[in-house]
Amino acid sequence: MQLNLTINGERREDDVDPRMLLVHYLRDVAGLTGTHVGCETSICGACTVHLDGRAVKSCTVLAMQALGAEVITIEGLARGPAMHPLQQGFWEEHGLQCGFCTPGMIMTAADLLARNANPTDGEIREALEGNLCRCTGYQHIVNAIQYAAKKLREQKAA
Amino acid sequence: MAVIPKFVGERIKRREDPRLVTGAATYVDDLRLPGMLCAMVLRSPHAHAKIISLELEKARALKGVVAVFSGADLKNKIGSVPCVAPADHVPFHPVLAQGKVRFIGEGVAVVVAVAPYLAQDALDLIEVDYDPLEAVIDPEKALEPGAPILHEEFGTNSVTLASVPNPAVEDAMRKADKIIKFRIYNQRLAPVPMEPRGTVAKWDAGYRQLTVWSSTQIPHLLRSQLAEQLKLGENKLRVIAPEVGGGFGAKLNVYAEEALVAYLAMALNRPVKWIERRRENMSGTTHGRDQIAYLEVAAHKDGTVTAVKARFVCDMGAYLQLLTPAIPGFSGLMMTGCYKIPALAFEQQMVFTNKMATDAYRGAGRPEAAYIAERMMDMVAGEFGLDPVEVRRKNFFAKESFPVATAGGLTYDSGDYDRALNKALEMIDYPKARAEQAEARKHGRYVGIGIASYVEICGIGPSSLLPPKLKGGGWESSTVRIEPDCKVTVLTGVSPHGQGQETTFAQLVADAFGIDIDDVNVVHGDTAIVQYGIGTFGSRGTTVGGPALMLSVGKLQDKMRKIASTMMEAPPDQLVFSNRTVALKSDPSKSIALQQVVDAAYGYKQPIPGLEPGLDATSFYEPTNCTFPFGSHVAVVEVDPETGVTKFLRYVAVDDCGKILSPLLVEGQIHGGIAQGIAQALYEEVVYDENGQLITATLMDYAVPKANMLPHYELASTVTPSPVNPLGVKGVGEAGTIGSTPCVVNAVLDALAPLGIRHLDMPLKPEKVWRAIRDARAKG
Repeated sequence: MQLNLTINGERREDDVDPRMLLVHYLRDVAGLTGTHVGCETSICGACTVHLDGRAVKSCTVLAMQALGAEVITIEGLARGPAMHPLQQGFWEEHGLQCGFCTPGMIMTAADLLARNANPTDGEIREALEGNLCRCTGYQHIVNAIQYAAKKLREQKAA
Repeated sequence: MAVIPKFVGERIKRREDPRLVTGAATYVDDLRLPGMLCAMVLRSPHAHAKIISLELEKARALKGVVAVFSGADLKNKIGSVPCVAPADHVPFHPVLAQGKVRFIGEGVAVVVAVAPYLAQDALDLIEVDYDPLEAVIDPEKALEPGAPILHEEFGTNSVTLASVPNPAVEDAMRKADKIIKFRIYNQRLAPVPMEPRGTVAKWDAGYRQLTVWSSTQIPHLLRSQLAEQLKLGENKLRVIAPEVGGGFGAKLNVYAEEALVAYLAMALNRPVKWIERRRENMSGTTHGRDQIAYLEVAAHKDGTVTAVKARFVCDMGAYLQLLTPAIPGFSGLMMTGCYKIPALAFEQQMVFTNKMATDAYRGAGRPEAAYIAERMMDMVAGEFGLDPVEVRRKNFFAKESFPVATAGGLTYDSGDYDRALNKALEMIDYPKARAEQAEARKHGRYVGIGIASYVEICGIGPSSLLPPKLKGGGWESSTVRIEPDCKVTVLTGVSPHGQGQETTFAQLVADAFGIDIDDVNVVHGDTAIVQYGIGTFGSRGTTVGGPALMLSVGKLQDKMRKIASTMMEAPPDQLVFSNRTVALKSDPSKSIALQQVVDAAYGYKQPIPGLEPGLDATSFYEPTNCTFPFGSHVAVVEVDPETGVTKFLRYVAVDDCGKILSPLLVEGQIHGGIAQGIAQALYEEVVYDENGQLITATLMDYAVPKANMLPHYELASTVTPSPVNPLGVKGVGEAGTIGSTPCVVNAVLDALAPLGIRHLDMPLKPEKVWRAIRDARAKG
């Protein structure tokens, strides 16, 4: 089937198997391997991307469901040479160790901050309920998201 | 010129992170090789069954399928999946089942196709006729007469019976005020690294050389084992651990799929990729723990413990993986914990069952031991109505006694257990916390305070402590090369996969040569580039890898001082490295640029007598002992009697890992460790039903904790340097896991103490706690 969509601001057109999952399309067809597959059951959230501005788990979305949509992956979050404040936050606050869950964490966090610019730690923890991390015990991830939230608020105010 | 700061001991951002936060890292599944095929494994749905027949032709006929093999097809082609630890009975472990399956998830056939979706289609076309057999699930029944036998050639399900007797134990038992007896269970856990396993192999038929990329903690050890399984020279086999998404011990192993994929790449002369799915990971990647222990503790009214005796039943699963029967030994040897208990004896019956093999999982034997020791201290306190803090203090090794020999025959290097406990108690304000607890109890609230003081073993250790059949010992290696442009390349034999040695080692090297951290590049995980090394496990990365690094650094410093000495006409021992110069210690204004020394070494226009050109040093560091980190964790929890849910009110951890090189990374290790320890205490368990069916086969059923299931951790440290290595470091990768499990269980049971509940087995899930409360209340 013919799939037209925009990924990270670039328009693409591909012939895809109707049963192909979005995550496999992104990784194997579009070559964007920053989005990871961790469980295939939409529990771990490593595959989280933005579909028309909302975080979705791309392991449980068919590629064809993204027809005409705008997809943002970890590779396209920054929109420029500088890191996105969330990427900076994860780096500054040691919000990752093995890094496998990180792209999904960041994409989920970006969705949260778009809806709630000034979340409490508890709200962050609730928002991450669909993303598993086995390395960090989450505290540094919460700090990383708070770092980014502050930075984004400052950017908006300026 | 800007002054270059010191890096060791500073909160340095990780050098690994930019590639990881931008999606630019390359994990195994991210590899794309021309002509690469996809392999998928058909797995047994039965715990124990004979394979009557396999119908592969329909799968072979599917368009896009390149090959399909059964275990029978591969007989005698690939050697046994290895176990290097000693045991009475070590079965042949085929890469695909031959004639019989022995656990859910055991590989039965493999499909190789041009694309993953086609491989999956082909798997669905394979028909297997099984004759199911009765399964052995309960390890305590595995040796009963009439139990089905997993490996007929042994005539028993006993793997081995290990015993460490000590007649002094019986004497102490006779003299004790009370012999406290209890059964304790460290349940079966799944390590669940977020990146499942995966292997890619490529055969170069021209050079007759095989390259294997695998998500592993031990690239060199894997190379040695694969070479043996595939009958290849180690000089023709290159193993690469690319970005590895967590291991936790599960990737300290050599798996069936690694040799299988390598064989397929050679047989088909095409690159082959196999990526584990989560269901395969839950059923076919090693599990941890699964040890039952029956304890007898000789205790005195003042809280003194004089002897411990234990009988363990350890569930090894169906086959023995790399170190499977070596893990329980640590549980036995370390179960006297921080305490000067003079007599220890134990017996460990290891058995085969129809389950996945157990092996190392974060802590590997020491969490089990700490759990036993710390439950024991609380049992003694409860028995005699003493404060658990006092019982611990009564039995601690005094700080003056180090180095100290333990009842298990180990020598603890250094310690100050009172100090760590006191600090944790200060942070929690122990008297106030107890007063608040008493007040809460008056109002019918179940608030508990849990304490755990742990000691563990890291950096194992002298090579003599490792299994004789392991190729490689307890040492570690490094190469340090100062390149002609004064940039430094470090090749380390450890294989970090989240621990951050690319940063920690760069800090050490930058300080040693007075250069910027950006001038150092740390390379690991490629056997064609890095000298033989042992890998990352048992908190050895910095503990053993760090001293190995410093040996090479020292050799280069010596050489550069000698070169600079001829250039500066100053004695070598008066020269120091600082701010990209070699300077006179007594008068830093007298210096030459480091680059000049490097130029002299590489240009070699004026040969220096006794010195070869170049600046490259390789070292192998053999530790003289293990290191023994320790600490105390204190948790305050509240149990809701209506739901059985445990809520954290506080979590305080004081850990002593010796000298701290990277405080931010140490914090991260402790946080993650605490999370995994809490997971064992409250949430996680691998469950097989009575037929051996795996109930917890997905992350929907296996409770890896989420962010909202874990507390905010309050950390502090004490620093008691290890005398074992020149860095004074002790290791921190597993500490959090070891301290937190008994701490949380003790807290929950302290909360339930007014109900007369003495012990509950982990995990303390709401349902279990709720039932215990209901039953206790019914008894009144």
